Amino acid sequence: MNKTVNQKAWFLVLPVLVLVAFSAVIPLMTVVNYSVQDTFGQNVFFWAGLDWFKDMLASDRMWSALGRQLMFSAIILAIEVPLGIYVALHMPKKGFWSSFCLVLMSLPLLIPWNVVGTIWQIFGRVDIGLLGYTLDAMGINYNYTQNTIDAWVTVIVMDVWHWTSLVALLAFAGLRSIPDAYYQAAKIDQASRWAVFRYIELPKMAGVLMIAILLRFMDSFMIYTEPFVVTGGGPGNATTFLSIDLVKMALGQFDLGPAAAFSLMYFLVIMAISWVFYTVMTTIDAREGK
Amino acid sequence: MTDTATPDLNPADSEMVIQKPRTSTRRFRPSGSAVVMFLYLLFLMLPIYWLLNMSLKTNTEILSSFSLWPRNLTLANYEKILTDPSWYMGYVNSLIYVVMNTVISLAVALPAAYAFSRYSFMGDKHLFFWLLTNRMAPPAVFALPFFQLYSSIGLFDTHIAVALAHCLFNVPLAVWILEGFMRGVPKEIDETAYIDGYSFPRFFIKIFMPLIASGIGVAAFFCFMFSWVELLLSRTLTSVDAKPIAATMTRTVGAAGVDWGVLAAAGVLTIVPGALVIYFVRNYIAKGFALGRV
Repeated sequence: MNKTVNQKAWFLVLPVLVLVAFSAVIPLMTVVNYSVQDTFGQNVFFWAGLDWFKDMLASDRMWSALGRQLMFSAIILAIEVPLGIYVALHMPKKGFWSSFCLVLMSLPLLIPWNVVGTIWQIFGRVDIGLLGYTLDAMGINYNYTQNTIDAWVTVIVMDVWHWTSLVALLAFAGLRSIPDAYYQAAKIDQASRWAVFRYIELPKMAGVLMIAILLRFMDSFMIYTEPFVVTGGGPGNATTFLSIDLVKMALGQFDLGPAAAFSLMYFLVIMAISWVFYTVMTTIDAREGK
Repeated sequence: MTDTATPDLNPADSEMVIQKPRTSTRRFRPSGSAVVMFLYLLFLMLPIYWLLNMSLKTNTEILSSFSLWPRNLTLANYEKILTDPSWYMGYVNSLIYVVMNTVISLAVALPAAYAFSRYSFMGDKHLFFWLLTNRMAPPAVFALPFFQLYSSIGLFDTHIAVALAHCLFNVPLAVWILEGFMRGVPKEIDETAYIDGYSFPRFFIKIFMPLIASGIGVAAFFCFMFSWVELLLSRTLTSVDAKPIAATMTRTVGAAGVDWGVLAAAGVLTIVPGALVIYFVRNYIAKGFALGRV
């Protein structure tokens, strides 16, 4: 849509600007403030320069948390994206069953995150949970609070359970926009199922899939509540992801300086990914606008 | 894979038929797709069913025997939550700040989304991007500064504090979703209305808002939802008076171990609001989660 230039439109945006500035800029400035100061308590602060940033960049703790975080995000993307596409391809396209599937699939997305954690905490317990009990009955030694691999598997299956539907719903929205004529043409050409997917469905889904991947990446990158409820970051530090570590540092140990430096670097990474996301969004908008 | 190897046989054909739902007489029949969907939905529903199952059992039954359905059905767990103020006030608190947040978010997002969808102005693209970064900001980064900010202005442990804090991600979300819906309304409608002598506020409320009613509904739903599911900020900003249900749930861990039945019942009750309205937004849910795009 061609837009008119109108500087007065700023007045319409002003309330949002004020509100978000209050809840984003002021807190962020507090973080900046802490990141360059040190304290001996009693609210006496002195200038520490970039020491905290240097400390954090040199600390094993942050790098290992980042490593775990990247591994987690990579694994869940590798599972959720193909699985989501696969499910979307098999969803009924119209009618009652389509709505039925849509509603049931959306359900996990709308459950409070700590309840998601609670559900899986219970589900995985060997004594009272269906999953844990079944695995135990099959003779598999499964214990997500003690064993690192079990903890990882639980957290990943939980995330797949929680968010695959998002990928599936977006892919489904993309599939629904493909005109029937495309499929008819493919049938006349005797295209195989794979060729239909590769040359018709995948290109048409590319835009929404890009959004899905970025959203899943961002959201998994700041995951906190679900693994915290299930494993508490343990056993040891095995499932301590960036946000969990940050909260531990800031609210648990009250190490304000390092936590603030950590926050800012974390935020910069998020900003960079947001920029990619934004570029993708505007490209898609521009393409569809034609 | 086998499809390509045997192109003349049934599998490829039956797949194709499913992709073309043109004939209205087509019935749902047990096909490969149905099996896939059934398995996936089973995977999604099992953990939820298990929670429901546990919420209807007594603690002794949960711990002593393993059963796939409650042997002696009891509603005692729900009764405990709905009669004990320290429990049900958690729901009331959550609802209060969630509703406050939804109202605030929509009120400020509506005009802004209109501006973004209709006009170009200095810095509009940067502003739009900046809003997005707030939606994407990790709550963990903001937990401590929020705590200090709201403590210093005396709003700690009030509903409005949580409502304002959740604006951090809900206002951008509402702006993006509404902008997505508004761009679908042709600009000629605005121009015609202005020619007919409508003032901006009157046009906006009388003509424009009814046109994007579904968009407003969807945006409200998503603001409600994201505020409802968030725990980290709401827990950090409250202690007693405005404590959300999500934080109250940790109370079940007592000296005598965990009260599993009540915990499960509380969990089931938090799923109810989403489950009630999900049907109405089913066709927009992808759009909402994708921030108004798709």
